[in-house]
Amino acid sequence: MKSFNKLTGIIASIPQVNIDTDAIIPKQFLKTIERTGLGKHLFHEKRYDQNNNLIKDFILNKQPWSQAKIIVVGDNFGCGSSREHAPWALLDFGISCIISTSFADIFYNNCFKNGVLPIILNEKIVDEISMLAEQGVEISIDLEEQQLIVQNKLYKFEIDPYRKHCLLNGLDDIGITLENKKTIDSYEEKLSSKIWHKPESL
Amino acid sequence: MKKTLFDKIWEQHVVDERQDGSSLIYIDRHLVHEVTSPQAFEGLRISNRALRRPDLTLAVADHNVPTENRIDGIKDNIARIQVETLEKNVKEFKVPYIPLMDSRQGIVHIIGPEQGFTLPGCTMVCGDSHTSTHGAFGALAFGIGTSEVEHVFATQTLIQKKPKTMLINVSGSLSIGVTAKDIALAIIKNLGTSGGTGYVLEYSGDAISDLTIEGRMTLCNMSIEAGARAGLVAPDAKTYEYIKNKPMSPKGEAYDKALEAWKLLPSDEGAVFDKVINIDTSLLEPHLTWGTSPEDVLSINDVVPNPKDIDKENLRNAMQDSLDYMGLKPGQALTDIKIDKVFIGSCTNSRIEDLREAAAVAKGRKVADGVHAMVVPGSGLIKIQAEKEGVADILIEAGFDWREPGCSMCLGMNPDQLKPQERCASTSNRNFRGRQGRDGRTHLVSPGMAAAAAISGHFVDVRKFN
Repeated sequence: MKSFNKLTGIIASIPQVNIDTDAIIPKQFLKTIERTGLGKHLFHEKRYDQNNNLIKDFILNKQPWSQAKIIVVGDNFGCGSSREHAPWALLDFGISCIISTSFADIFYNNCFKNGVLPIILNEKIVDEISMLAEQGVEISIDLEEQQLIVQNKLYKFEIDPYRKHCLLNGLDDIGITLENKKTIDSYEEKLSSKIWHKPESL
Repeated sequence: MKKTLFDKIWEQHVVDERQDGSSLIYIDRHLVHEVTSPQAFEGLRISNRALRRPDLTLAVADHNVPTENRIDGIKDNIARIQVETLEKNVKEFKVPYIPLMDSRQGIVHIIGPEQGFTLPGCTMVCGDSHTSTHGAFGALAFGIGTSEVEHVFATQTLIQKKPKTMLINVSGSLSIGVTAKDIALAIIKNLGTSGGTGYVLEYSGDAISDLTIEGRMTLCNMSIEAGARAGLVAPDAKTYEYIKNKPMSPKGEAYDKALEAWKLLPSDEGAVFDKVINIDTSLLEPHLTWGTSPEDVLSINDVVPNPKDIDKENLRNAMQDSLDYMGLKPGQALTDIKIDKVFIGSCTNSRIEDLREAAAVAKGRKVADGVHAMVVPGSGLIKIQAEKEGVADILIEAGFDWREPGCSMCLGMNPDQLKPQERCASTSNRNFRGRQGRDGRTHLVSPGMAAAAAISGHFVDVRKFN
């Protein structure tokens, strides 16, 4: 996984609440067997009309926000399905940090597996950042220091220490868990007392 | 220390407690489908890792599959490649698989219980948010992303933070025509789509005990629509009866031993939950959604809400946007809303009980002119049962389109989609914009309400048909 440490870039505001994973990446693009190439379909129905022409009014279709590396969004971002295609699409577009008041659980979790940093801040600060975003400013994120700076304003954010550690170092969860293989082995040995544990064959 | 059902399952599955407060938990059952698994299998190959427990894994293709002319194969090349990739992967990693042309094929959350793969007290995951369905058996079941699918493949565990618990006490008997779907919609209306975030829900109370296992699955299925990754119902005699003699469930002595363990699972009297809410269903009416979020719920005899009544500007604008998208006017009676399509299916409502409910309404009646009504059974076995029982004949005679099993128009990954501005009475779980097809308009309802709308050509109180 790509590590995340510092990031500076344009921030785009999409101030709607409950932006769901179908809106982030619609189902017709889930047929892929790859993780890459989804960026052009990010927010597909907001970005393109029915004839596949760009919808000029949408923020990510306008300069300078078409270069956005960070988005600030409404409450409960990423609700709906478990599709990891949602963070893949964001990342492929070039967005690796999302700021909101809250995220849906599965989406939030999926972000950390892909080097995407979701930041939770209170409503007042999110509104402030959203207003600044509309001016086309850059924002700087520093994960190590857990802070973001925009227009000389500094905001601190909270993050789970383990997730921070993994993001900073680009660590793969599976590798870490497999270091613990013996613990899993001994757990499984104890399972033999549950004689119903293994499913009968199909 | 008195424990909740969730506490008991959690404790039994902790492999390791980590310093940061998260736990490594063991996964007893892993369901796999074609859409969220290819990158995970590929990850195993790239890292040269084995799939640790194929015997605890079960795969089926459901999201992408056609529901008609299946014998001709999948016409969409990209979709076909995805299904073929699954077939190749299950072969390579020796994962038990139900092929597309097998009568047991169906929606992953239908076949888990149907095959006896789902058991009380087990931890269960799938790269699909509606894995919460299996909570109906008292299994801790939740959806995961593809990276976590790979993690389970490689380690049979997951790193998880212990969620909080919420007890949802549901009391009061349901009037005829009011179903588990209406309870689910009422709960989502109450909690909102993020009210359950960070929680595991436990549904309890006499209204839940009275539900069939199918009804409990419908209810647990939609826990994710309230933001909760998992919903639970304590196992009881109905659960044990349902599981008995299913192909993959324990037999003989193993079943007896399992039963002893399962009976210890229900929450202890006086166990403490982080949050408790109470819902009385005795006056519950059939529900439907009017907007583009599953929390946009009203009773059938209500009218379309007015954005002017909303104080907060962003929420007022959001409501107006939803009404514009849905093509609705404030104050319009819900029973005046005409429909173009009906979809009876999905992991929420495609079980035999759901099809019977639809058939009871459709019997001796005809689908209204101009309405296309589709029934997609949850599995091949359900389809066969409905055909044997005469349920299929009733629906076909009424003019319903009787299809092959799969996820179908719930998410429209296959050709079953709404056209722009088409309005659908759907028994599925999400009314998001574009979910069933670009610019399509989805109203979530129970199977009975969907059938009643099909017959009437507009939404109507299903109780008028009883």
